[in-house]
Amino acid sequence: MNQTFESGDLIRCRWGGKDFSGVYVTERDGSIVVKLSNGYNIGIPLSVCSIEQKSEDTNIIVKTIEQDKSLPVLSIISTGGTIASRIDYRTGAVTSQFDAEDIVRTIPGLAGIAQYRARRLYNILSENMTPSIWQELAREIYDEIKDGTYGVIVTHGTDTLAYSASAVSFMLDSPVPIVFVGSQRSADRPSSDNVMNALCSAKACVSHLGEVAVVMHSGSSDDRCSIHRATRVRKMHTSRRDAFQTISGEPLGHIEYPSLEVSLNPHTQHRNSKELSLNDKMDKNCALLYFYPGMDPSVIKRYEDCHGLVIAGTGLGHVNSGLIREIGHFIGNGGEVVMTSQCLHGRVCDRVYDTGRDLLLSGVIEGEEMLPETALVKLMWVLGNANGHEEVRSLMQSNLKGEFRMRSFYGL
Amino acid sequence: MDYDSLGLMAGIEIHQQLDTREKLFCHCETRLRESSESNRKYFRYLRATESELGEIDRAAREEMKMERKFTYHAYDTTCLVEDDEEPPGPLNPEALSLCLTIAKVFGMTPIDQIHIMRKLVIDGSNTSGFQRTALVAVNGYLPSDGDIETICLEEEACQRIEGDNFSLDRLGIPLVEITTGPFMRTPDEVQATAAYLGMVLRSTGKVKRGLGTIRQDINISIKDGSRVEIKGVQELDLISEVVRREITRQVSLLQIRDELLRRGASVSSETKDVTSLLKGTKSEVLKRAERIIVVTLKGFGGLVGSEVQPGRRFGTELSDYAKKCGVGGIFHTDELPAYGVTEAEVLSIRNFCESEPSDCLVLVSGNKREVICAARQVIDRAEAALTCVPEETRKMLPLGNTSYMRPLPGAARMYPETDVIPVKIKSEEWGRIIIPELLDVKAQRFVTAYGLDPAIARQVVFSEYLPLFEAGIEEGIKPAILSRTITSTLKELRREGVLISNLTNSDIISVLRAVDIGKVGKEAVPDLLLAVAEGTVVDAAIEKSSSGLTKDDIRVIVRKVISEREEFIREKGMGSLGPVMGIVMKEVRGAVDGKIISEVLKEEITSFLSGAESP
Ligand SMILES: [Zn+2]
Repeated sequence: MNQTFESGDLIRCRWGGKDFSGVYVTERDGSIVVKLSNGYNIGIPLSVCSIEQKSEDTNIIVKTIEQDKSLPVLSIISTGGTIASRIDYRTGAVTSQFDAEDIVRTIPGLAGIAQYRARRLYNILSENMTPSIWQELAREIYDEIKDGTYGVIVTHGTDTLAYSASAVSFMLDSPVPIVFVGSQRSADRPSSDNVMNALCSAKACVSHLGEVAVVMHSGSSDDRCSIHRATRVRKMHTSRRDAFQTISGEPLGHIEYPSLEVSLNPHTQHRNSKELSLNDKMDKNCALLYFYPGMDPSVIKRYEDCHGLVIAGTGLGHVNSGLIREIGHFIGNGGEVVMTSQCLHGRVCDRVYDTGRDLLLSGVIEGEEMLPETALVKLMWVLGNANGHEEVRSLMQSNLKGEFRMRSFYGL
Repeated sequence: MDYDSLGLMAGIEIHQQLDTREKLFCHCETRLRESSESNRKYFRYLRATESELGEIDRAAREEMKMERKFTYHAYDTTCLVEDDEEPPGPLNPEALSLCLTIAKVFGMTPIDQIHIMRKLVIDGSNTSGFQRTALVAVNGYLPSDGDIETICLEEEACQRIEGDNFSLDRLGIPLVEITTGPFMRTPDEVQATAAYLGMVLRSTGKVKRGLGTIRQDINISIKDGSRVEIKGVQELDLISEVVRREITRQVSLLQIRDELLRRGASVSSETKDVTSLLKGTKSEVLKRAERIIVVTLKGFGGLVGSEVQPGRRFGTELSDYAKKCGVGGIFHTDELPAYGVTEAEVLSIRNFCESEPSDCLVLVSGNKREVICAARQVIDRAEAALTCVPEETRKMLPLGNTSYMRPLPGAARMYPETDVIPVKIKSEEWGRIIIPELLDVKAQRFVTAYGLDPAIARQVVFSEYLPLFEAGIEEGIKPAILSRTITSTLKELRREGVLISNLTNSDIISVLRAVDIGKVGKEAVPDLLLAVAEGTVVDAAIEKSSSGLTKDDIRVIVRKVISEREEFIREKGMGSLGPVMGIVMKEVRGAVDGKIISEVLKEEITSFLSGAESP
């Protein structure tokens, strides 16, 4: 059969001894998928169907959205995370919405908080993000702020959202809030966390907040969102709504739902406390290594072309003694090595055990309380901006964007 | 009623929970829990997604009239899948195979590649806001010549605890949905079809039992009426009554329509606020109301109070619609003065609204938002009464009446469940599926093969102890003792509060075997089962209650007793049976079935007497 159908075509099929009409959806694993009039999709062989009527363009009825001119203007930049989507029940297709109007139409509550201008920078899966895109994103945000936006919302896939947020945090000093937001449960489902996360992020953007943050569900209930510092947040669950957590310490604040009341903690940086500036240089030639027992020293050798290595070591920041020599070589050849911990919670301290002391002797920089991923992003930024080993060490061990605290406190 | 001339057409959708080990899309067990056993609660809001055509499904829109917060109760037997916090696992193969088995019984054709869909349901009963469902097979037939259109495999929704509180234990239990064609023409035919479908489902031996595990939705229409879907009919015996009453309702509504048209009735879209007018009212409901407004139904006078179903009036239909907005109900002038509303108040309202006596005024009370919404609903429903019977989904009330639930859902409420990969049904797989013996056929077989009474045979095959019966037969236990145990002994024990669920089939068979070989008397069965149900190991219980005597042991005792009384027996002949029986019973201290002793005794006396005659 040479017959080809296009999505939306009305086709006539015979199955189970009866004829029926349906809408052609797609082809899948050798079967064609047909949507029946009762709404179900079924997969049947192409040979039992023939065209009845080619697809016609359906008129999309779109109501125009009036934005309230008295409200502050927020910028929405999408990179691929779906904060709003629509379902075509005719074919079952789900499409993401990026246009400001479409987003506001899908999440009507947004209209009461601000006016929006939206731009789709990228439409990629968050695992396909790159440091170059982080830089582009930072420049885009910088332009928006220069254009007078009151706050920036970045919609982002959740997998690498924390990396991007932390990268933007190092590259930009901003007088206005920059809020990264995503959804853990797809935006097409009535139970999605997208609406509440979007409303809360918009609300955070018109608050006193003045730094780069991530706004996502605090718990499994739809009762509040947490505002996390970009450099301290980590995705800690594959699928739960409350996957994002501030590691060690308190979040920057919360937004209650549905009241949308914002409360900020005292350690939050406020709006207008920084002048706008962009420093977007980064050395992408860095890697993050997860140490494991028995790791062969040759693994380090394979990274010899890198300029910087972040190691997620065990406990206080350790690797096996066999690795230390190779690490020494790497540093001797001009590379930088930052030690972090797989424990995630707590501070690296390489002065307690011999292995640690040997690591320090070989020139490893203690990553303090930094999350391994944050340390990687920071190392890229530092290597892009610092001159010489001592400046790298000094910047890595300075708290630039709240990536670590000088004192650790009780509690996870 | 002449159903033929009314043009009755009815079809059934039957929903049956499957008794699989695990749920449809996760590895949780399919056990129901008490809501008091819940160990965690959380709450969510559900929102309908706008479709490509800019339209929210009308059934979904109806649910959205009130923004609702839903609370979910979780258990140690539920997981993140039920919480909508984790993607679903693959389709449960046990459930699919069961669904295919049922499809095969009806001679259906399986779908080549099964696609799991998300069916929008935002009444809170599904944490995700949709129900996962898949069309598995099409085009089957019934012995009555009726047709089965489709069979679907779905996940069960949450159980509503109360209000907007839902219990997650039931969510995800596999469910088959069988949809018949609209081929039924009388209420009795609908009931008979439902009974047949239920019998087929039971024949698989793998469906859940008990109230709520099987539900039927009935689609009914008559010639001039409309299609109405009645949801959740649980009692099979009520089905024909539900159908009759729905026909009565539609016929009455059509008569009301004709009368309204004759009168030139109309509905005023304007409402009047009478809150201040009723300031001093004695009516408890109106006194509490923040706002009271009146809808004028011109020319409806007397008809709003007329009955459409036993005990339900046209006014009740209006009230059902109003209640969707959160108001408690409505008052209308066909039923006033009453409920604390005085004649004078009615008059003053009538004057204020400048209404004619032929008009019916409907009073809607509540807060501002509620009354506006409720008045709109009353107006819409009353306007519909001028043209037709509205297409509705209705829910079953006790005794066979129904009340309005929501408009009939449109077809456009499904989209693919992208988290579950479609399942290919291979022809070998379909070929391997064995059609179970139908319970009707089985009952007939039990009558002919085992000599059971037809009524008893039916009881046995529809009993949850059918597997016990079949296993017992396999073990050589007599059908009569098995059927008696199932149809009476176990029932009595249950009635007495014995936890017979503690008894395994093999326990029961062990006890019955002990009776069969004469180890214990059949009188001891209830006590034995009680002891085992309370924790005694079955063999120990049998040992304890048995004399330890086999039939051969008894024969030895009997022979001894006979030899000691040869004279007496020779003299009395078979007349000695009674007295000698008493002596033997004393010897075995009553621990042996009297019937067995009498049987052995009879044989031995006979043989003794015959031997004595020919020395
Ligand atoms: Zn589960």
